[in-house]
Amino acid sequence: MGLKRNFRVWRGNSEGEGALKDYEVDVLEGEVVLDVIFRIQATQATDLAVRWNCKAGKCGSCSVEINGKPTLMCMTRMNTFEENETITVTPLRTFPVTRDLVTDVSFNYAKAREVPAFTPPVGLEPGDYRMSQEDVSRSQEFRKCIECFLCQDTCHVIRDHEENKTNFAGPRVLMRVAELEMHPLDTLDRTRMAQEELGLGYCNITKCCTESCPEHIQITDNALIPLKERVVDVKYDPVKWLGNKIRVRSSND
Amino acid sequence: MTDIEHFKHDVVVIGAGGAGLRAAIESREQGKNTAVISKSLLGKAHTVMAEGGIAASMGNVNSKDNWQVHFCDTMRGGKFLSHYRMAELHAKEAPARVWELESWGALFDRTAEGKISQRNFGGHEYPRLAHVGDRTGLELIRTLQQKIVGLQQEDKKISDDYESRLRVFAECTITDILLAGEGENRRVAGAFGYRRDSGKFVLFEAPTVIIATGGIGRSFKVSSNSWEYTGDGHALALRSGGTLVNMEFIQFHPTGMVWPPSVKGLLVTESVRGDGGVLTNSEDRRFMFDYIPDVFKDQYAKTEEEADGWYTDPENNKRPPELLPRDEVSRSIMAEVKAGRGSPHGGVFLDVSKRLSAETIKEKLPSMWHQFKELADVDITEESMEVGPTCHYVMGGVEVDSDSAAAVGVPGLFCAGEAAGGLHGSNRLGGNSLSDLLVFGRRAGMGAVEYLNEMDEAGAIRPSVRQQDVNAAVEAALAPFNQVEGENPYTVQQDLQDVMADLVGIIRTGDEMRSALDRLAEMRVRVANVAVMGGREYNPGWHLALDLHHQMLVSECVAKSALAREESRGGHTRNDFQGMDPNWRMVNLICRLSKDQVDIAKQDLPWMSEELISLFAVSELSKYMTEVELNQLRVPEGAV
Ligand SMILES: Cc1cc2nc3c(=O)[nH]c(=O)nc-3n(C[C@H](O)[C@H](O)[C@H](O)COP(=O)(O)OP(=O)(O)OC[C@H]3O[C@@H](n4cnc5c(N)ncnc54)[C@H](O)[C@@H]3O)c2cc1C
Ligand code: SF4
Ligand code: SF4
Ligand code: FES
Repeated sequence: MGLKRNFRVWRGNSEGEGALKDYEVDVLEGEVVLDVIFRIQATQATDLAVRWNCKAGKCGSCSVEINGKPTLMCMTRMNTFEENETITVTPLRTFPVTRDLVTDVSFNYAKAREVPAFTPPVGLEPGDYRMSQEDVSRSQEFRKCIECFLCQDTCHVIRDHEENKTNFAGPRVLMRVAELEMHPLDTLDRTRMAQEELGLGYCNITKCCTESCPEHIQITDNALIPLKERVVDVKYDPVKWLGNKIRVRSSND
Repeated sequence: MTDIEHFKHDVVVIGAGGAGLRAAIESREQGKNTAVISKSLLGKAHTVMAEGGIAASMGNVNSKDNWQVHFCDTMRGGKFLSHYRMAELHAKEAPARVWELESWGALFDRTAEGKISQRNFGGHEYPRLAHVGDRTGLELIRTLQQKIVGLQQEDKKISDDYESRLRVFAECTITDILLAGEGENRRVAGAFGYRRDSGKFVLFEAPTVIIATGGIGRSFKVSSNSWEYTGDGHALALRSGGTLVNMEFIQFHPTGMVWPPSVKGLLVTESVRGDGGVLTNSEDRRFMFDYIPDVFKDQYAKTEEEADGWYTDPENNKRPPELLPRDEVSRSIMAEVKAGRGSPHGGVFLDVSKRLSAETIKEKLPSMWHQFKELADVDITEESMEVGPTCHYVMGGVEVDSDSAAAVGVPGLFCAGEAAGGLHGSNRLGGNSLSDLLVFGRRAGMGAVEYLNEMDEAGAIRPSVRQQDVNAAVEAALAPFNQVEGENPYTVQQDLQDVMADLVGIIRTGDEMRSALDRLAEMRVRVANVAVMGGREYNPGWHLALDLHHQMLVSECVAKSALAREESRGGHTRNDFQGMDPNWRMVNLICRLSKDQVDIAKQDLPWMSEELISLFAVSELSKYMTEVELNQLRVPEGAV
């Protein structure tokens, strides 16, 4: 076996009781943090609660905080740490703990459900959709989202302010609004709702969400800021509000 | 029994991958109260990992494509063992299912004319795979997930409750399908399981259950499959009296990562080859030219020059042999490695850097670039990848009626997606799974609706679950907590993976499989004695202890079927019975459970309809069929 490394892993329940527990564990060449967590699970703590599916950064299940940084366990290589560094793994701080490293992320699904679905033009038959690559690229960037909710976890508006959760849907959900707004064939206007119901105004464009995104989506620059600009346009220009289904302006391209 | 939550639905869908979600959308759209259940969170099922694309003969890139060509490619890929009617429905309906996704908000990559772009893939004659970069599965599952939300929003407007007609139970595992009645009257009455977060039990009363639980690949050591793939649906169907068909056919995808060990088995999408990647051995030779089997000689290039020409001028050149069906490529890689011409870590080389610019690679294969860069320190725009076969997909599955997706032998039970058998025969073509999920997911939904309508029209009372079955299910679920001295479930799972990989893996022999069966018999006892620590709340050790039972049963089916089939075909390769045997082409192997033992029986493959068989040249059919069959062909009415 390889080197022994020290891990500190949060073990706790949904009542908020728990503590960091120390594990000394072997680490082999090329491993990621998730491999080491698996080894702890297989050899020392079979009941260690953890979420994962793809182990390749594609499903967004394995989000935790490693040494305080929100990240995916399956994409964090062990060789990014110092050899004798103790690695601390804790659950996402913004959401209630279910058990150990697993959190209750239902907040994100509930907020997503408030965004009205894609609404194509009446009478446009499946098969007759025509869109240029250039026009779909904007929304495609946002659809790379693997719903890891790391941006939601990072955003200071809700990270340390439980009370804001009622009024603020978070970057992932606001980006979904931007995605639909920029969809070349969507016919609904969600800009007002983004502001009035989903709390776009709470965002003060700190870009922490963007930095945390494992898909490297430019959440703030490409989704949130353009959405904010539209809100301004809509508020002060009724004509634009009516004809709002325009492409994103080229100044943002 | 106070700690069991009760729910009543018209339709219960087990599985929230592409097949399950599409089935649920269908039954809800037809007015049935539907529940969708999944072991993971919504949007995390295996479907999310699919990379390359979804096959549908829309003809957007090459207008010569049509359903007949797609049908023929599917039959050929499956070595003429596919259920012809399923292959026909699949090829005919796939385009409509893809277009429908677009009307639900999916954004596929586009052609210059603004249509859905389509890419080349192994075994598909024309560019046929609709795609979004190399994250097509993500687009598919997200679109379906968002369509579900859209339907829930409609329901909310009417009833002020998002979940009044369509409810998702995420992180909930079904352990038992419950039946009512005896003998002839046996039919589905519901399903039983537990919520993973709280460990509490749930009971669903429903006259129809749709199995859409995906595959079994977790039973093999090197695998592209996640913890979910323990063959639950396969086992549930067997235990409710259903049958499994052709479980010996397992697809080992030719290109999994081989280094570092922690990522061994992770998939390298076939698009890498579709977009120009070549396979070479340690002598820098494009070895695939040495392995083109006779049946495919006419369809593939013989020289590198011709193969290279195909990417830009497919009309006048034949396709490169790197794009042969997956089973062929996997076997060739194994042979090269065995002959000592492998890469340093026991694979071969796959390279796109020489043919595509760094920019194109990052645009067309972004997640592959990402995956190698971050997990293996390899920059695929400059270096070649090391790849080798990985367990990827099970062609075998629950035996179903082709049109309604009804499970054979169990009224009220339906099955779609990877869990169902038949469509892919002995080998699945890339891209044919995502289309399968949508075509047959929808059909399973329709099948359940029709079953319910008939039941209601006949004025039948809904079947009710038996209390003793519920008690038994509770007891079985809690059993691992009562073991004091039992084994660690992770150790048992690893041993099972070793047995299957070593003795029933890519290349098989009778002796090895017989010893596998002995080992599996021992393991049955070990599985029954597994012990778990901790409590019921989100306890993965407990979850695994229960999943192991499914894995065990399904592994036995694979080993027994593989031992029974004395030929090599598609995803079943035997050293002691090399080559295809036309007599075996006519045979489906059926597994059923009797007194807790897996029984194997032979069953005739349904004979293709006149219209379909005439799509093939007799010269091609003669490579697969027996004299008797070929004689029948010459007498048209003889086709039954
Ligand atoms: C890495 C990778 C890449 C692939 N790329 C492609 C591709 O490009 N094109 C293509 O066509 N195919 C591809 N495939 C194959 C394809 O993705 C799968 O075959 C397909 O997604 C399976 O879909 P499904 O709906 O049948 O099952 P899944 O998507 O696996 O869903 C199964 C569902 O069942 C649930 N479930 C299972 N057991 C239970 C239980 N006991 N109780 C409750 N719920 C349960 C799971 O939680 C999950 O929600 C790929 C596969 C992999 C692994
Ligand atoms: S940019 Fe806005 S949404 Fe993103 S972290 Fe900052 S405040 Fe939150
Ligand atoms: S936007 Fe990025 S960080 Fe946020 S959920 Fe999606 S993938 Fe995760
Ligand atoms: S396990 Fe899928 S993103 Fe980490």
